[in-house]
Amino acid sequence: MNLRPDPTFHASAKLAMQAPVETYGFTVMLSPDGSQSDGIAVIDLDPSSKTYGEIVHQVIVPYKGDEFHHFGWNACSSSLSPLTGHAFLERRYLIVPGIRSSRIYVIDVKDPLKAKIHKTIEPEEIFAKTGYSRPHTIHCGPEGIYVSTLGGGGPDGTDGPPGIFIMDCETFDIIGQYEMDRGEQDKHYDFWWNLPQDYMVSSEWGLPPQFENGIVAEDLLSNKYGHKIHFWDLRARKNVQTIDLGENHQMALEIRPAHDPTKSYGFCGVVVDTTNLQGAIFTWWRGDDGKWQAKKTITIDPVPADADDLPELLKGFGAVPPLVTDIDLSLDDKYLYVACWGLGEMHQYDVSDPMNPVLAGKVELGGIVAHHKHPNGKDFAYGPQMVEVSRDGKRVYWTNSLYSTWDDQFYPNDKGGQMVMARNEGGNFALDQDFYVDFPEGYRAHQIRLEGGDCSTDSFCYPNV
Amino acid sequence: MIADVSTMAALWWAVILSGLYHGVNPGMGWPLAVSAALMEGKPRALPKALGLLALGHFLAMLAILLPFSMMLILVAWQVEIRVAAGLLVIAMGIYLVINRRHPRILARVHPARLALWSFLAANAHGAGLMLVPLFLGLCAVDADAGHQAAGDLMRGNIPTAFLVASVHTAAMTAAGGVIAVIIYFWLGLRFLSKTWFNLDLVWALSLIIVGAFGIYSALQHSS
Repeated sequence: MNLRPDPTFHASAKLAMQAPVETYGFTVMLSPDGSQSDGIAVIDLDPSSKTYGEIVHQVIVPYKGDEFHHFGWNACSSSLSPLTGHAFLERRYLIVPGIRSSRIYVIDVKDPLKAKIHKTIEPEEIFAKTGYSRPHTIHCGPEGIYVSTLGGGGPDGTDGPPGIFIMDCETFDIIGQYEMDRGEQDKHYDFWWNLPQDYMVSSEWGLPPQFENGIVAEDLLSNKYGHKIHFWDLRARKNVQTIDLGENHQMALEIRPAHDPTKSYGFCGVVVDTTNLQGAIFTWWRGDDGKWQAKKTITIDPVPADADDLPELLKGFGAVPPLVTDIDLSLDDKYLYVACWGLGEMHQYDVSDPMNPVLAGKVELGGIVAHHKHPNGKDFAYGPQMVEVSRDGKRVYWTNSLYSTWDDQFYPNDKGGQMVMARNEGGNFALDQDFYVDFPEGYRAHQIRLEGGDCSTDSFCYPNV
Repeated sequence: MIADVSTMAALWWAVILSGLYHGVNPGMGWPLAVSAALMEGKPRALPKALGLLALGHFLAMLAILLPFSMMLILVAWQVEIRVAAGLLVIAMGIYLVINRRHPRILARVHPARLALWSFLAANAHGAGLMLVPLFLGLCAVDADAGHQAAGDLMRGNIPTAFLVASVHTAAMTAAGGVIAVIIYFWLGLRFLSKTWFNLDLVWALSLIIVGAFGIYSALQHSS
């Protein structure tokens, strides 16, 4: 407990943008075949440092096969909420779940160069206390730390629906299920909220048998992956409305609400439209009548390709789907970054008018067929995937792995992990030639968290003024 | 009589000071007034929010003080009641020293229900209890002014409870309101987090001190 609020807590997104810039990043190190233990790489992001752009420390966990994917902080700017006041928590621990093992590690990064495991929560405890498995996305909010899960109970995670559970934000004890009335929600992926307006939005990927051993083509072609987004009364823990984006819009993943809490809109990325292989972004918003609505505001076309250049899974289609696998919204709510993992492109949309996004910039790197090289001349495995934007919006970092078994299906000949950075300055969005982090042999890279918070971490309780 | 008058004045000042003290504590809600005005984009949402917070706080004070004012009918047990009340306040303080966790129930309240939030926040932090020894002291001084019948006493104590709760809440609202207005109109949000201090321990110790004072004055009064 601090005597003053943690200096990395900001009342508004605007104040967070003006705060000192990040000097460290934390990135998942994934051993895709479980032959090594997964870990968190600590990366030096201070340009004045001799070790800038290098992995300066690794926290390697004792178990193997956890499959790290997403992770988050124990506390963020939501701690300044005038209602729930946890202002004296420290932003100090990373909550890192294994989506294959259902184990959660709490990693103390107070001194990033000496980061270490603080606590391990074993899978049995999570199963027993929540009935859920395969923990995934982390957000800190009114009742503590909220953790979304991808699976329900039972060995294959299909005994009961997946959902969200709550952890105590000081002791990291598992408290229990979040939902009191889940409505028709039966799959889960991402979630985020607007704390003063008291709503939450959640999305759907698929159930564990649909992803753990690779993408199930029959399920995809028969539209059996998730295609709905759910709107919740956050504090009443009740699903108040479900919007079906249309069953052809397979895998509604990342939920990105506007950071300014006076706004009642946000975005959701859809991986693939099974009718035409397009990737899509939906804008969702609350109408004047209080009802939620959603409309497709961005489509990205597939690119025709020779079957010989395509992996087995895509040969029959004769095209590369964009595969919109991650999106991230800058803190000023101006730019939406859209990872097109199949094409090998990172798009930058100006979403100042959220109903009419405009493509403002584009970086080409990797790709199933394109194989764009980095400006430094090196290869980039797979395509742009997990994207994280610096608080000031000037640096956009990303890595390349989607999910162990899926990487191998879409990119059977690629291996390795990289983290790169593009600069967004003076109306120009382009890769930084000098920033290229190659991961140690056998490791892939996934989600990135920036020291002091980033654009998919902090929830703000006060408007920009 | 002169001693009584100065004791009385001191106790009323304590009621006012406790109000100012509660008011500056962000845990009693002034940041909510700033947030309400910013979210609605209208300055007039600020006094409205302060009013709702004051209402909740006032009711929380009454909820604690009124039962004690009823008990004071038992004039013969006055000292015991005051000692027991002091012990209760000390116990709450010790509980808050040991259990530094924040009450999770507050996280379930809808952000628009400010009066309910304020009521629950005040009770959860023992804000009403902090007033009990002061209130009982005031009632005792009053009672000394003349040997009154139980009915008169009760008629005297209940208005005192209302008066104590009102004065305390007014002081609290003034203190919190001043901070909220300064932040909203002049300093801006950057100073919001800068004005927050972790008062948890100080708060708990305040309860212990006030409780001890209650016991001390009860025993002194009886001797």
